[in-house]
Amino acid sequence: MKKEITFILNQEEVKAEVQPEWTLLYFLREVLGLTGTKEGCGYGECGACTVIVDGKAINSCLYPILEVEGKSVTTIEGIISRDGELHDLQKSFIEHGAVQCGFCTPGMIMSAKALIDEKEKPTVDEIRHTIAGNLCRCTGYVKIIDAIKSVVDRR
Amino acid sequence: MRGYEYYKPGTIEEAIRLMTSLEDAQYIAGGTDVLVLLRQKKIKPGHIISLRNIKDLAFIAHHNGLHIGSGTTHAEIERNEIIRRNYSALHDATSNLGSVQIRNVATIGGNICNAAPSADTACPLLVLDAGVTIAGLEGERKIPVDEFFLGPGKTVLRKGDILKEFVMPLFGPTTGSSYIKHTRRQAMDLPIIGVATRITISIGKNGGELRCRDILCTIEDVSNLLARFEDEELRCEDIRIAMGVVAPIPMRAKEAEAALKGKIISEKLFEEIGEIAANEAAPRDSVRGEAWYRREMIKVLVKRSILRSIDRIIRPDDMVYPERLW
Ligand SMILES: Cc1cc2nc3c(=O)[nH]c(=O)nc-3n(C[C@H](O)[C@H](O)[C@H](O)COP(=O)(O)OP(=O)(O)OC[C@H]3O[C@@H](n4cnc5c(N)ncnc54)[C@H](O)[C@@H]3O)c2cc1C
Ligand code: FES
Ligand code: FES
Repeated sequence: MKKEITFILNQEEVKAEVQPEWTLLYFLREVLGLTGTKEGCGYGECGACTVIVDGKAINSCLYPILEVEGKSVTTIEGIISRDGELHDLQKSFIEHGAVQCGFCTPGMIMSAKALIDEKEKPTVDEIRHTIAGNLCRCTGYVKIIDAIKSVVDRR
Repeated sequence: MRGYEYYKPGTIEEAIRLMTSLEDAQYIAGGTDVLVLLRQKKIKPGHIISLRNIKDLAFIAHHNGLHIGSGTTHAEIERNEIIRRNYSALHDATSNLGSVQIRNVATIGGNICNAAPSADTACPLLVLDAGVTIAGLEGERKIPVDEFFLGPGKTVLRKGDILKEFVMPLFGPTTGSSYIKHTRRQAMDLPIIGVATRITISIGKNGGELRCRDILCTIEDVSNLLARFEDEELRCEDIRIAMGVVAPIPMRAKEAEAALKGKIISEKLFEEIGEIAANEAAPRDSVRGEAWYRREMIKVLVKRSILRSIDRIIRPDDMVYPERLW
């Protein structure tokens, strides 16, 4: 049976009818058409579906849609500025060549964003720990870590 | 995916009433085990009862010891400074369980109620003498966590029961604990085996303080430090050893504990203790590791975990650098 929920998505209020068995990932991609958030495994293993809920990085593939009621969700689509300028992390990923096929990138950036929003100057160790749940099959992680570190260093 | 109804009760009583009134219902906390099972179609409940909106289940409190609500996430436990210092084994487990994304939603109650032999928080709770409070239709009852597990995926919980909180006693500055998760990868892996220990040490006949003061202390291996304290007669006042993935349920190595309690400690003795613990274990071959290997590693890890627990008594402020030695 459908239920109505209200929550904040990328700083705008969303009201919608949802099925209880939908995950947040399904709702974002299949209902709203926000395909920036990726589905890799669907089991919490790969991190491609990472979004931020109330300041914390979570796997949207394991998040029941009814639990976002009243919460604030940020996806990769929501981190560019109002006039369309890319987020520092996005720019840095491009500058450092930290994107190859790009499938892991939205998840990586959301994990990194949750970290740097919470901590002014995270260490390289903390950066590594933070993206341990984000798999990348292309880059070997070095450039991804460099890209995040460079944003931290410029603060 | 088959449809189900989803309920979000705000109190424990409401959740229990719902659960006992519905036919095929399933509790969900962080959902990191339940959603995977749903997706794999291993469970097909008609009703899901979420415990996530019950405020009385998510808390960390310090009065007469440590109280942790079952709905507390691993991330919240990982961040708690008192737990890091005084209940270090639990910090070890929660800071390396799954990923940041998992730890931000997965709960300690879910980890224990799921009752996987590999559940990372089980051994730490065993060595920290945790008690669990269970709320059911007929009120509350308290049992030691040692009695909670019955088999893989099986616990003493009856229909409607909710694990409410974990309670652990206070431990003083002469007690240290640790948990070592033996994995192939550094992150995002379940343990091949897990070993937790807690030890309380007393010093010499005349008493005295077990603290390391000179500069060497910050770099020296704990084995060398122990050798330096040799004349002081360090005695093991109390010891707990727990092992995971070596039997159908997480278990205490009680013979090994008995063999160490009251003795003057030395690294050589810890090796003997490791042997005894390995004999108590009943590991099996599995994709993650073979039985003989698991048994060998218990010997190594029991000793290593005891040394690490002692290290934390001697150098409580150095805990931020666990990689230094291991
Ligand atoms: C990618 C990934 C990596 C993982 N890595 C690890 C790991 O390294 N180590 C590890 O130990 N586990 C790991 N897990 C397993 C899981 O994340 C943990 O067991 C977690 O703590 C479960 O908590 P939860 O709140 O998500 O449980 P849920 O899935 O919500 O619930 C689990 C079970 O417990 C029951 N339950 C939950 N709370 C209560 C309660 N208060 N009273 C009664 N019953 C209750 C539920 O009905 C269900 O049967 C991993 C899982 C994933 C998906
Ligand atoms: S799709 Fe969610 S973790 Fe892989
Ligand atoms: S860039 Fe291809 S998976 Fe990371």
